[in-house]
Amino acid sequence: MTARLGMTALVAAFAAITLAPLLWMVSVSLMQPGEAGQFPPPLIPGDPTLANYHALFASQGMGMFLINSLLISTLATLLALVFTLPAGYAFARLRYPGRDTTVRVLLALLLIPGQIGMLPLFLELKALGLVNSYAGVLVPWLAGIVGIFLVRQYALSIPLDLIEAARIDGASEWRIFRHIVLPIMRPAVATLALFVFLGSWNDFLWPLIVLSDHDLYTLPVALAAMGRERAQDIELMMAGSVVTTVPVLILFLALQRQFIGGLLAGSVKG
Amino acid sequence: MTGLASRAERRAGWLLSAPALIAIALFFILPTVASLALSLTDFDIYALADIGNLRFVGLANYSALLSDPLFWTALGNTFWFVLLGVPLVVVVAFFAAILVNERMVAWRPAWRAVFFAPYVTTLVAAAVVWKYMLHARYGLFNHALGAIGLPPVDWLGDPRWAIPAITVFVVWKSFGYSMLIFLAALQTVPRELDEAARIDGAGWWSRLRHVTLPAVAPAAGLVAVLAVIAMFQLFAEPYVMTEGGPAQSTITVLYLMFDQGFQWWNLGIGAAVAVVLFACILAAALIPALALRIYRRRRA
Repeated sequence: MTARLGMTALVAAFAAITLAPLLWMVSVSLMQPGEAGQFPPPLIPGDPTLANYHALFASQGMGMFLINSLLISTLATLLALVFTLPAGYAFARLRYPGRDTTVRVLLALLLIPGQIGMLPLFLELKALGLVNSYAGVLVPWLAGIVGIFLVRQYALSIPLDLIEAARIDGASEWRIFRHIVLPIMRPAVATLALFVFLGSWNDFLWPLIVLSDHDLYTLPVALAAMGRERAQDIELMMAGSVVTTVPVLILFLALQRQFIGGLLAGSVKG
Repeated sequence: MTGLASRAERRAGWLLSAPALIAIALFFILPTVASLALSLTDFDIYALADIGNLRFVGLANYSALLSDPLFWTALGNTFWFVLLGVPLVVVVAFFAAILVNERMVAWRPAWRAVFFAPYVTTLVAAAVVWKYMLHARYGLFNHALGAIGLPPVDWLGDPRWAIPAITVFVVWKSFGYSMLIFLAALQTVPRELDEAARIDGAGWWSRLRHVTLPAVAPAAGLVAVLAVIAMFQLFAEPYVMTEGGPAQSTITVLYLMFDQGFQWWNLGIGAAVAVVLFACILAAALIPALALRIYRRRRA
């Protein structure tokens, strides 16, 4: 019994240290302007206020950045589903010449990090007139190889007999995908959607490169820019961090079983 | 096997995979290959305005890099991040996994979620928070040091401390993911083996050494390789917390690529940095695998 208590206390202490930065972020965001700059640093606000959040939305354009982030992440998610789901299914369950070679090539491509091609991609998008636009930010999310393998892994569990039976009943290949495969793959669809939404929401380097127009900034890009101009306003910066972080944290906590399960399934070799 | 497939099935296979394959070819493979080509040119802001100014310069960008002290600084800094960060990630993630896997501990799924939470937080926002926690005057770290009677440290303002300070942040941010890999490996430890060792009178420590550690050794290798690759891709952390300073002590390879490419518009040199970065990542991923293969062959 004491061993059980002791172990749990040890984990709780570790967890408290892990959560401390996030709790401190929320606490400081509720302090009066200038309060966090005292010594010793206060841990909880003496007189809690929402003034920092009000200032963020009223004078820092946070509403606009929030809408940009929401729109971009939603669009990235929808586009990724449209491009990834059919491909993942085809690679798993349709027989056609060249498929296995394609899968092997894609698997090898997983070794290449996206940053390697960023400079040429920028030039390519400039030639297409897509720099400094939502479209430019969205482009890398169409080509998600990890997502394809996540879907493929799941699709491999669909029994071939089921597909064959539908064919004998005269269903077209498209109809089979749409009405039989997609409903079965609902958990994979949800996991993929969650990954892409979180990934595009948290992405920094590519939006930083592609977006030059302040009005198009996503939350991370806007927050980094704000940090360079208003580094002294700790309480304001913490409120900005809360607005940027809390939506994805809530999404994660609500769907964490799905997320962690998907992460482990996705890391299994294809 | 394709002999059995109907024409409709073969056509559907290509039609359904085509959109994704075209997107991958256009926005991933083409730019990656073009990076190599770009690194052999003097593409800069003048070529950006008029492509006629573009010249093929062979390996000039690479030799310019090799004689640029900033390149060696960036490479050296990145190696420091690897040297400090990778062992820390492995140890902290393993410790967390052991705790979360321990049957004696209550509410295990909740702790697992807590340890994983930093991994899903927005990197830039978390870096902003840590920048203030590490602040020389009113940061929590120095407050804690003061409480135990130690002098304050200028974590992000002192070139000797900036890399260790950012490394601690990176470990906090990422250990949850590695913990999952360890957890998956711990599931494979046979319970009977652990029980048998317990009945034979083996203590906690000796069971850890002789039963658990051998079972998770491959996972530790995987975690280490992934951590090395992640360290080579550090960018937002120094960009937000130190802007590469103080005295360029936190400039990383990816930071150099961004700076050369998008601050100074030397895209040719930037692409050469990208190619070097790719070579480093490829080496980090393949050398351990090759070494393991050779080692196994020797023993066989």
